Amino acid sequence: MDNQNKLAFDGGWQYAPAPESTDHITIDGQYGLFIGGDFVAPESGKYFESINPATEEVLSSVASASSADVDSAVKAARKAYNGPWSKMKAAERGKYIYRIARILQERAREFATIESLDGGKPIRESRDIDIPLAAAHFFYYAGWADKLEYAFPGKRPVSLGVAGQIIPWNFPLLMAAWKIAPALACGNTVVLKPAETTPLTALKLAEVVRDAGLPDGVVNIITGAGETGAAIVNHDDVDKVAFTGSTGVGRIIQRALAGTNKKYTLELGGKAANVIFADAAIDQAVEGIVNGIFFNQGHVCCAGSRLIVQESVADEVVQKLKDRMETLIVGDPLDKNTDIGAINSASQLETIESYLRLGQEEGAEMHQSSRDIPTTGYWCRPTIFTGVSQSNRIVQEEIFGPVLAIQTFRTLDEGLSKANNTPYGLSGGVWTDKGSKIFKMTQKIRAGVIWANTFNKFDPTSPFGGYKESGVGREGGMHGLGAYLRLEG
Amino acid sequence: MVTSSARIPVEKTYKIYIDGKFPRTESGRYFALKDGAGAVVANICRGSRKDFRNSVVAARKAFAGWSATSAYLRGQILYRIAEMLEGRQDQFVAELVLQGRSKRSAQKEVLASIDRLIYYAGWSDKYQQIFSAVNPVSSSHFNFSVLEATGIVAILAPDDDGLIGLVSNIAPAIVGGNTCVVLASETMPLCAVSFAEVLHASDVPGGVVNILTGFKDELTDQFASHMDVNAVVYADHASAGKIQTKAADNLKRVVARTDNKWTAESAQSPYLISDTQEVKTTWHPIGS
Repeated sequence: MDNQNKLAFDGGWQYAPAPESTDHITIDGQYGLFIGGDFVAPESGKYFESINPATEEVLSSVASASSADVDSAVKAARKAYNGPWSKMKAAERGKYIYRIARILQERAREFATIESLDGGKPIRESRDIDIPLAAAHFFYYAGWADKLEYAFPGKRPVSLGVAGQIIPWNFPLLMAAWKIAPALACGNTVVLKPAETTPLTALKLAEVVRDAGLPDGVVNIITGAGETGAAIVNHDDVDKVAFTGSTGVGRIIQRALAGTNKKYTLELGGKAANVIFADAAIDQAVEGIVNGIFFNQGHVCCAGSRLIVQESVADEVVQKLKDRMETLIVGDPLDKNTDIGAINSASQLETIESYLRLGQEEGAEMHQSSRDIPTTGYWCRPTIFTGVSQSNRIVQEEIFGPVLAIQTFRTLDEGLSKANNTPYGLSGGVWTDKGSKIFKMTQKIRAGVIWANTFNKFDPTSPFGGYKESGVGREGGMHGLGAYLRLEG
Repeated sequence: MVTSSARIPVEKTYKIYIDGKFPRTESGRYFALKDGAGAVVANICRGSRKDFRNSVVAARKAFAGWSATSAYLRGQILYRIAEMLEGRQDQFVAELVLQGRSKRSAQKEVLASIDRLIYYAGWSDKYQQIFSAVNPVSSSHFNFSVLEATGIVAILAPDDDGLIGLVSNIAPAIVGGNTCVVLASETMPLCAVSFAEVLHASDVPGGVVNILTGFKDELTDQFASHMDVNAVVYADHASAGKIQTKAADNLKRVVARTDNKWTAESAQSPYLISDTQEVKTTWHPIGS
């Protein structure tokens, strides 16, 4: 079907670049490990580089923490826990967390710029979503510090001790906030490891923690790759493990923790379906699909990476989607016009490209935006696959890139059964103008977060987490507190 | 010729706070606040029933915007009030001392007031999660109950604690999205006026909090009977019967906060927020 009302975005004019300046930020040439309130050199003397995925230029070199460094970080966290932190009045603990929130708000522009440099995400997203939400998370959980007993009527909530936290590269600062804020509010101390490709905003957060005057050792931030993470998970004196990342690693962690009495939360992969009914507001739904899969280059565990559209409107939706894809600007993450930034790393680009080949080998039809992409750095055009079947790997497996698999359905039950037919259950989307249908679908979709006529919305007050192989436990909201507490009495 | 170099201090005019402005009472009346030695400390506005009516108009006008303000923003604004008060501790301590408090007890009261604002700032986006419910009705409906601000809360502030008594009753009303009209302590009105100045510097929209000074005997009737006030909060046993009777004119919610030791932590709780909230239940069908 040809769209008669298509806007001529290719009508001979272009956006002038509107790049965010970088003259207001400071990135040190080298970062140590933030342990016990100070930046210290790694025991091994080893450092690794963090690069800008949009230019492949080195931004900084950061320390590689060995298991000996992990041990010092856990010891510092234990000392802080046994010392000031667990003895402090809860309301005073809360004030420290409020300070972190306020300083993040004050330094928001700097954090947004560094986040886009280090991770490749569009500045519009880091500026309007990542950083403000991170500050909001600290603000929200700060208030819980002296109110925990109201969240668990009839029980006495008690802190756990030292939390070991491992976060991914897709929302570096925001994930640090999701992990640290509730842990501190509940009276724990933390050892946090950011992902090796995006360590910078976590290290800048260490500066914030220091400037906020938190007692030494309450927050420790150490950098490294998978072995560093494994050393945190396996450390005997860690009381709780919080992990966000792939389902594969999540499985390894759950096995490693078996029999240890450590508490854990795992926030893992997803393969969310956006289910679009014929009675939906189609233009609005198309925007939702675009936001669902192309937000943050599709590096989103809850991305709407499957589209399941009712047959009678399928052609129209796919055409409108293709038209819309032509308008998406892929390019400089620091440019305020950019819709899709750089793929986070060379290895992730390789993964995505292997799925693009696989999808075609499986017999699906691939369509990509025809717009130019930069020549240096890591980039992927927005991509959709049609003619896929439920058993295709591009339907079943998480790609973690701007790649959408499209299926159709006739009845609600068929749409539902397709939506639920993956090992994952993190999120889902429903598009219909009929309220009763929304609630029917939200009741039946086996996933932890369902968006109706919207997608990819996040708020500190709203719990997040998966069913099935998308993870264990919830983060955010009142329900996110339980992960960091033991309930007595 | 002037020979002394001593500087003459400038004294503050204590005014009332209506709709984000600091007028004098429309009545032109005053009462003299005296210190222990009988010396006049300040001339305080003796607010009138007309001042109260003007305040209710302002509070009603502010209600739509304030009650629709996001919980996060309301929380940040309450936090901002605390930040402003923190920086002006000395002024409030001095005023409490002028009104007969020991320095030590004044300091304690000011610090407790700041912490109380932080406490309620924290509740802004949480009390809803404590008091709301999804109700498992037997039919095929999604049924949920949420809290909403009741509207305008008229507060007769406690007499004894000029600052914390005031703060402890304003904060839970406004954090829940209500707007309010407050009668300050008659015997300790100074901090109330200065607190209005703090509110004014804290991004609290005009009309959300209106603060009057004056005589309780004269104004209590009006606080309890005004037909556009939705709830009345009082702290004084003596006027309880009268307030309850007058409140019945338009079925005001009546909240008694007598016998509270306001500086103690036991005087703070989310139930003070729910006191001035309505519960709204929505039914929505589930089906294809």
